[in-house]
Amino acid sequence: MSIAWGSLLVVCVVSLAIGVAVVALAAFALVGISARVSVPAGGPDDGAKTLSPAAGTAIAGICLLAVALIVGYGLWIIIA
Amino acid sequence: MDLTLIVVVVVVTALAFDFTNGFHDTANAMATSIATGALRPKVAVIIAGILNLVGAFLSVEVAKTISSGLVNDALISPVVIFAGLVGAILWNLVTWLFGMPSSSSHALFGGLIGATIVAAGTSAVNFGAVMTKIVLPAVISPLLAGVVALVATYLAYRITTRADDGTTKRGFKAGQIVSASMVALAHGTNDAQKTMGIITLTLITAGVLAPNSGPPFWVILTSGLAIALGTYAGGWRIIQTLGKRVSEIQTPQGFAAETSAATVILTSSHLGFALSTTQVATGAIFGAGSGRRLASVQWGVAGQMVIAWALTLPSAAVVGAAAAWLASTGTVGTVIVVIVLVAAAAGIYAASRRRPVTAHNVNDVPAPVPATAAA
Repeated sequence: MSIAWGSLLVVCVVSLAIGVAVVALAAFALVGISARVSVPAGGPDDGAKTLSPAAGTAIAGICLLAVALIVGYGLWIIIA
Repeated sequence: MDLTLIVVVVVVTALAFDFTNGFHDTANAMATSIATGALRPKVAVIIAGILNLVGAFLSVEVAKTISSGLVNDALISPVVIFAGLVGAILWNLVTWLFGMPSSSSHALFGGLIGATIVAAGTSAVNFGAVMTKIVLPAVISPLLAGVVALVATYLAYRITTRADDGTTKRGFKAGQIVSASMVALAHGTNDAQKTMGIITLTLITAGVLAPNSGPPFWVILTSGLAIALGTYAGGWRIIQTLGKRVSEIQTPQGFAAETSAATVILTSSHLGFALSTTQVATGAIFGAGSGRRLASVQWGVAGQMVIAWALTLPSAAVVGAAAAWLASTGTVGTVIVVIVLVAAAAGIYAASRRRPVTAHNVNDVPAPVPATAAA
């Protein structure tokens, strides 16, 4: 009985890194998109320091592009 | 028994197994999307069915051995394959009745092991491979997916704390459609191949195909259609368990669970570790439930699933062994096995109608009571 413990460790580390990265990137993208939504006056976040809509859009774009690249690579793995 | 007849019986039984595999595993990709409302139930199973069918055509790299080295391939005859399939189908149906997600692959391997022991004795079984290819992955895959989903869920909530609530919900819902589709596509590629391999090997052993042949187009098409139709049928009882009985899943959790499952499945496949899609998806859902609030997870349901997973291999092996013993007596024995299989399937279906779970009531489950609130 031989178990490739090294490869197994790689599976664990890579899965953790990519899985967490994709979700975190998507979350940051949503934070960026949220900057385009005006904060209601008198609400809990009224007066809180937020991103400018332009900066939010740029961050969202970069994050979503990174997610798209990772998803594209995943599709390539399925097909190849 | 007439070779042509047993080949026909094996092909039909393999397609029936493929169908059960499809509806048993719909939940892996779509349970959380349905639970959070990212997709309407019927739309979810249509998407999953189509992607499973597409996945079946993406690769024709059929496994050279259906047993993955668990048993001596030289001893696999059509009767052994038939008996193994019977054990796997019955286990899939019983676990579906109780709404328990369990690995169709492990059920198939269990059935084959039981049938092989009857046909050739215990020396024909590679118990080291059983440990490395079934027992070890069964322990590691849900834990790994659970940890990934737990960390991802925790971060998703932390990062979006101050984000617009409506934007966050809509964004994660859209993300869920993509991540669930990835899981469905990967499932179609992996699991439809399994049935193609079984039918192709049977045709080779019967002399219909030359050794080392690839699957004919009709085998690819029928295998893809069978798993797609099974997926479309829904397996609503298991969808309800994973989507509603584990935890009250919200959109960030659903996205984290499906993304984690897709990542673990693709990474492990790419690096040569075949993990169970069901166990990965289940572990990810428990991890996502824990990532928001540990107490919101129904750990009693987790205990039931662990018991089902532990029983999968031996239960399917016992049924496979009994089927192999009966089928090896000749045509009458094989016909009796088929009749028992059909009768058992009909009985399980009839039992399921006492408390039907459909696309219309799949989400109608009282919200789980957190342990802290219940105490």
